[in-house]
Amino acid sequence: MDLTLTSEELAFRDEFRDWLEANHPGPAPQGGDQVQFEFERDWQRRLHQAGWAGVSWPKEFGGRGATLIEQSIFGEELARAKAPRPANVLGLVMGGPVVIAHGTTEQKERYLEPILSAEEIWCQGFSEPESGSDLASLKTKAVRDNGGWRVTGQKVWTTFAHEAKWCMLVARTDPDVAKHKGLTYFLMDMEQPEVEVRPLRQITGESEFNELFIESAYIPDENVIGGVGNGWMVAITTLMNERAGLGASAALGLANSLDELVELAKQRGRADDPIVRDKVARLKIGIEGLRLGAMRALTSTMKVGIPGPEGSIAKLQWSSTNQALTELAVEIGGIEALSKDSPWSYRFLRSRANSIEGGTSDVLRNIVAERVLGLPKLR
Amino acid sequence: MEFDLSDEQREIKSTARDFLASRFKPERVRELAESDSPYDDDVWREICELGWPGLAIAEEYGGQGLGTVELAIVQEQLGYACAPSPMISNAYAGALIEAAGSDEQRSRWLPGIASGEARGAAELTRDPDPVVGAAAGSVVLVLADGEGAKLVETSEATLDRMNLIDTTRAYFRVSAEGGDPLPGDTSAAVDKGAVALSAELVGVAQRALDMAVAYAKEREQFGRPIGAYQAVSHRLADMLWEVEEARSLTLYAAWAADAQPETLALAASMAKARASDSAWSVSHNAIQTLGGIGFTWEHDVHFLLKRARVSAELMGSAAQHRERVAALTGLAAAEPAVA
Repeated sequence: MDLTLTSEELAFRDEFRDWLEANHPGPAPQGGDQVQFEFERDWQRRLHQAGWAGVSWPKEFGGRGATLIEQSIFGEELARAKAPRPANVLGLVMGGPVVIAHGTTEQKERYLEPILSAEEIWCQGFSEPESGSDLASLKTKAVRDNGGWRVTGQKVWTTFAHEAKWCMLVARTDPDVAKHKGLTYFLMDMEQPEVEVRPLRQITGESEFNELFIESAYIPDENVIGGVGNGWMVAITTLMNERAGLGASAALGLANSLDELVELAKQRGRADDPIVRDKVARLKIGIEGLRLGAMRALTSTMKVGIPGPEGSIAKLQWSSTNQALTELAVEIGGIEALSKDSPWSYRFLRSRANSIEGGTSDVLRNIVAERVLGLPKLR
Repeated sequence: MEFDLSDEQREIKSTARDFLASRFKPERVRELAESDSPYDDDVWREICELGWPGLAIAEEYGGQGLGTVELAIVQEQLGYACAPSPMISNAYAGALIEAAGSDEQRSRWLPGIASGEARGAAELTRDPDPVVGAAAGSVVLVLADGEGAKLVETSEATLDRMNLIDTTRAYFRVSAEGGDPLPGDTSAAVDKGAVALSAELVGVAQRALDMAVAYAKEREQFGRPIGAYQAVSHRLADMLWEVEEARSLTLYAAWAADAQPETLALAASMAKARASDSAWSVSHNAIQTLGGIGFTWEHDVHFLLKRARVSAELMGSAAQHRERVAALTGLAAAEPAVA
């Protein structure tokens, strides 16, 4: 048992930390979504030129081939430096790994490099208005047409859709088999008039997400990933990639927020309030519990290939802690913190989604109950 | 970075698990808990042969010279078995004397504590008099004394057995005059004691969770195992969360005690705060899952709830440890106004 970094891990950390210090682009510019997006795209290009874009990807596909612990260090350093996110985050964490795992040689040659360079942005078309947690019930259908497919349906909660060239789309290709078996994973070209993107306004007032209305959009056969009828299996890989190894950097993000909260408590003269002190301590303990659980899960994954039970609760820990943290901030900050001009009011509202996005807390508890504790399924 | 037990540590864990499962079967724990003296001398002799009393004491005093991680591993298993044992009182007394005692005090007391033949017992809390676990049968008591601690020979003290809800251990109120002060700093040993008790609480919580999960799989109502209902299964998922978070924090604190002492104070308080709350809340929720049978004397889960609730008060309550965490997280205690 050794919680310090090995000399190789320290060297990795220092190399990236030094690079980050020299190349940090500074705070995000004002001026709206498009300006923000271009800023993030430039940032990813800079990461890519230095070989830091596909840290988890194997070297043969243009990545760095980092170990899980190095990936975690990478995420922690980004959080520590408060660096911007790269523009093509879904392509990097989901699209690329899926093409690497399930794509043909031609697909790898075609898609991977433009993901890394942020030349082509990727979005994800999984959720539908009537298929959220029960993803396998989705209704968007694809029918054979002229050496390819015609797709019709509606997708929702699609991030980056207005910037994206490619959509990771799961559609039903066989309505006559069990719901998990009739699905296929496609890459759909977003640049066609049959795909309409409409912004979806959320409770913060902004539109991070979109709805997709797809009316007979064309997808050629060579854009099927992993074979017709294998969409569920391919999609599951994608979702696992989304969740793997995020715990440590998520904990660091929370630790940054807790520092700000402590400053707020001091400014507002609440540093001696025993209730505030007790709640701050609970947050600190929750954040450390998340960080340490992530380290245990990383060790277990590196040793035996699967994370231990502590890994499956990381998302629950993160969402509940972030929500409690922003709740305490608006409580300490009083009416000022509820002004639309306060960063805390935004964070308070935005964190309401944490227990829904990327797997609702309710479904995650089902997963823990069934797969970790071995309890019987209700279904 | 490797946050996992080594092969040797796994071996200690499985030896402890197997040994305690055979010596402290539930019916034996019940028998001891319902008797006047919960400690089994024959099992203590076996524990001494295993070297547990001196696990974390230096070899020059007859100990094994292992670390807080190894002590925590054994303590977790003692908690899992809900073992009636003077182990933690003796280990805590040894840690205090080793850390803060003079050469003479160490040479006099540590060999007996390490072999388990002349046990020590340490103050676990104070309200308003010192409360000491396993004082009867010990030869020396380590009591708080201002910022530090002092030694009192058990024969010189008056012991008054307390009638606590946890009968799997014996607790005593102590009154004693005088005593022999330990000259050194006890703070690291106090934190190690809290880590060892946290580990025990993790074991108690894990046992309560295991009982509840097993019951939820077999008990049927409305034609299904109750564990299929989300009102039950989600509670069990949250109980796992509590156990695993407490375990991560406790293992980290044990490692910090050995390898990174500058972080021990914060780590120990985080561990004890979380483990205290987790253990009694998980055992409470185990009773809820068991339903009526869980509230009967006949079922064993109440021994866990009682052990958890009493241990939560010992070596600093969750609230006291959280206050310390707050002070170490940038909310320094208020400075007195300048006159």
